Amino acid sequence: MIPDPLSDTGHPQAEVIAGTSPGGTTGIVITPGERVADPWAEGRHPPAVGPWKLAARRLRRNYVAQAFLVLFLVIVVACLLAPFYASHIAHIGPNTNNVTGTINIGGKTTDVVSTDGVPIGPTFSSRYFFGADSNGRDLAVRLLYGGRTSLLIGGIGTVIIIAFGTLVGLLTGYFRGVTDMILRPLMELIWSFPVVILGVALGTALALGGIGPVKGNSLYIPAFIIGVVFIPYLGKPIRGEVLRLREMDFVEAARVQGMGSWRIMLSEILPNLASMITVFVPMMLAYAILLEAYLSFLGAGVQAPNASWGTLISDGISYIQTTPTFSLIPGAMLVLAVLSINVVGDGIRDALDPRAQIRVRT
Amino acid sequence: MARFIVRRMASAILLLFAVSIVVFAIFEVIPSYNPARAIAGRNATATTVAEVSHKFGFDKPVYVQYAKTMELIFTGQVIDYNDNLNVDSQFAQRFPVTVSLVVPAALIWLAGAVVLGSISALRVGGLADRGLMVAAILGVSIPVFLLAAVLLYAFAFKLPWFPNTGYVTLPDNPAQWAYHLFLPWISIAILSIGFYSRVLRSNLLDMVNEDFVRTARAKGLTRRQVFNRHVLRNSLMPIVTMFGLDFAVLLGGAALVTETVFNLPGIGQYEAQAIGNLDVPPILVGAMFTAFFVVLFSAISDIVYALLDPRVRLAG
Amino acid sequence: MTEPLLDVQDLQVSFATEDGLVRAVDGVSFTLDRGEVVAIVGESGSGKSVTVMTLMGLTRSPNARFAGSARLRGGDLVTASEQELERVRGKEIAMIFQDPISSLSPVMRIGNQIAEQIRAHEKVSKADALDRAADLMERVGIPRARDRLRAYPHEFSGGMRQRVMIAMALSLSPGVLIADEPTTALDVTVQAQILKEIKQLSSESDSGVIFVTHDLGVVADIADRVLVMYAGRLVEQGTLDEIFFDPQHPYTWGLMGSVTRVDRDPPRRLPAIPGQPPSLLRVPEGCHFRPRCRHAFDRCREVPPLESRVPGYPEHLDRCWLDLADKHAKREVGGRIGLAEGDVIK
Repeated sequence: MIPDPLSDTGHPQAEVIAGTSPGGTTGIVITPGERVADPWAEGRHPPAVGPWKLAARRLRRNYVAQAFLVLFLVIVVACLLAPFYASHIAHIGPNTNNVTGTINIGGKTTDVVSTDGVPIGPTFSSRYFFGADSNGRDLAVRLLYGGRTSLLIGGIGTVIIIAFGTLVGLLTGYFRGVTDMILRPLMELIWSFPVVILGVALGTALALGGIGPVKGNSLYIPAFIIGVVFIPYLGKPIRGEVLRLREMDFVEAARVQGMGSWRIMLSEILPNLASMITVFVPMMLAYAILLEAYLSFLGAGVQAPNASWGTLISDGISYIQTTPTFSLIPGAMLVLAVLSINVVGDGIRDALDPRAQIRVRT
Repeated sequence: MARFIVRRMASAILLLFAVSIVVFAIFEVIPSYNPARAIAGRNATATTVAEVSHKFGFDKPVYVQYAKTMELIFTGQVIDYNDNLNVDSQFAQRFPVTVSLVVPAALIWLAGAVVLGSISALRVGGLADRGLMVAAILGVSIPVFLLAAVLLYAFAFKLPWFPNTGYVTLPDNPAQWAYHLFLPWISIAILSIGFYSRVLRSNLLDMVNEDFVRTARAKGLTRRQVFNRHVLRNSLMPIVTMFGLDFAVLLGGAALVTETVFNLPGIGQYEAQAIGNLDVPPILVGAMFTAFFVVLFSAISDIVYALLDPRVRLAG
Repeated sequence: MTEPLLDVQDLQVSFATEDGLVRAVDGVSFTLDRGEVVAIVGESGSGKSVTVMTLMGLTRSPNARFAGSARLRGGDLVTASEQELERVRGKEIAMIFQDPISSLSPVMRIGNQIAEQIRAHEKVSKADALDRAADLMERVGIPRARDRLRAYPHEFSGGMRQRVMIAMALSLSPGVLIADEPTTALDVTVQAQILKEIKQLSSESDSGVIFVTHDLGVVADIADRVLVMYAGRLVEQGTLDEIFFDPQHPYTWGLMGSVTRVDRDPPRRLPAIPGQPPSLLRVPEGCHFRPRCRHAFDRCREVPPLESRVPGYPEHLDRCWLDLADKHAKREVGGRIGLAEGDVIK
């Protein structure tokens, strides 16, 4: 073996190092005779990092997204602790009416709901922290319970969207024939249907009657509607992506190997959809929570006496002049929650998007 | 081009019928839904309900009801259950109000998006850019009705700069018309401006890396010339398609809640009331109406896109 | 000696990226005279495109750093203001790009795009500009030019589009024409035509041409002088004959050796230069080519300056420490000039 003046020692070790340079990906094959002491040694490229780890790294550097994630978690936890707050701090349930009750503020005894029907504003004390509504119910308690409802509906709805949206997208994208012919026009129909009207129509109808064992005022109804309505929002992009992926060589290779269609979809195509789905989750969650608010505002979502942020805002609008906090505080909570989701979602998208790197022309 | 229009119209009509069937079915299929009872009132006796049912034809088979309702709608005779008003004429009356709300709002939104998007792309990282980013994300996090409520509270009550309800028709008094509609316009426009500006900004920044922009600069054109003639024109196209769809959605959604909050006698308010009262005919007509606009606008935006991008013309 | 048309001195271009400083161009100097064709050869990533784009001022960005100078008609292109550059681009120095499909705006008619350039620098009416555009299109060999003024780029074939680019570039008779791999995206037959056009037109307008390419066949066809770039540095510079028949740098030997020759037996294995160009983030110490060079020795850890080492040829410069005798001995491989056959880094 010709001694190489460049190597440090002569340990035979074959290594393949691939790396991502600003111009693209290149690799070096180093054969026995040279050991690479330092992957950053002159001329070598830095070791490769998979796209998920890269994304995680970028996300860790995004302090704004992390702050909002914390905020969101705080909101979620607070809402989950609603029963605790109700029994130990406010000493009143979310649906307990107290129209004729009185409360002691700073020594003075005031009506919870005034004689002309105006509820009190925030007291910032343990009872009626944010004030009362027209039935004398504790707003703070209802706010937390309502948050639970809104988040739950949003969450369930999102699960439905992701599960069925991906399924429909996969099916219509992969199997073109009959499945496509049935499912696609259906998706187009839902897609073109004005979301709010569809949601409202469904919601009102179901709220009235319920379907089968599910009662009219069950929370699953709004969750179901929201899920169904948004399925095409995920289904269409997934379908587009599946159409693109199925033409690729690795799918062809799998087919040639004898893999059945379902296996190909699950093991070859689905993993490639992972990053698209990940980006959609926070987006759909935000849409779901907002749609629930719209529906509840119009009366087609959560039904009385249950509360959600949407119903609270709706209840409070009539008192906007006298007790603006009635609708503005639930509004603020709603906005903070959705905003946090959006910021985190943006952060996730930025982290996964390869274009975040600065392009250098050579 | 003519074939394109015909095809679109055919699918529009199909869609309209599909929509009507779906809405109709939703209400009919729900077992405990009984419009007769709703019309007859809460305390009606069973006989009254049966009478009402017969009068309105609710005891006939579903498809007969459907056919009858469709016939009524298209001959302009359908009546709503609640107030016994002619739905079609209500829609016709209220349509101008909704147009007055929606069209200027959309124009403000578009113009604003182009201006703000351009500014933030030209001064990337600057104050305008960052401010816009915040505005955009806030915009998609706030529901229209909330913003409407806040604006109403802030600028009509706390600071009585604007009237809080009422609508003045354009021919009567243009200044008053705009004055009353100003807050509603802002409610709708503000939320979308942020998002659209960001989309435009992102397209513009992508364009800057395009080869033909490089060529344009190599020709010695000034940055402004390059921007206006090459970058902007090419970036507007995706906005156009998005806008078509969003406008239709606006009609079906934001318009409803905005009219409710500001008490504007438009189609949205009528629909919202119908929803609250479970009044099927207006909901039905409303759904078909909005679906029609969805298709119309999606067709229009496709046409505009073809006008802007010559490559598409040959294909379509 | 008359002043050269373009005088580039120690041009350096670096980009600050999130992974570090990329030294894309590390001290490139050369001159260009009227009527001569200078070819810049190198692999992707060698810095040849960045060099010529910097001459046009197209690499300016917030994370770009420049040093050195490029003097054209008395002004320095590297430090010129954006306004000054706008006046010069398209008029004194013009460029033809690699991919004609994406280099023309898809929504603007061809005639207008050519006219736009003319009107950016001269006060002529739109009609006159379009007239001149038609003439230019005829000159570059586009048939029925007048009818095709209103056509869109996607209605032209690749070769035609590139001719349009040439027409645009030469519309104001610039002193310097830069062609950045103009034929890479075209068929070989079209390539020959385009090269002919460029040669002819540039000699007609007495422009100096900088031709960037990685194709040695093209270089042999049109170049008067050749600049060989590697990893951001100019490693050898000389006349066409000097480079092809008396190359001094091992990288150039590798390039020459990798060309399959018609007049010889085909090799058993295509002789490629082993290894890969280095990452411009962490360049090798000393000579950039050292890790891939089988002739490297300890002195190579010291940066070899670009100098003339061949007696009697003061314009033939190279960056290799090997002495002349060694060079002559080492560059003959298998009866021809080359680096080595099928070698692997040891």
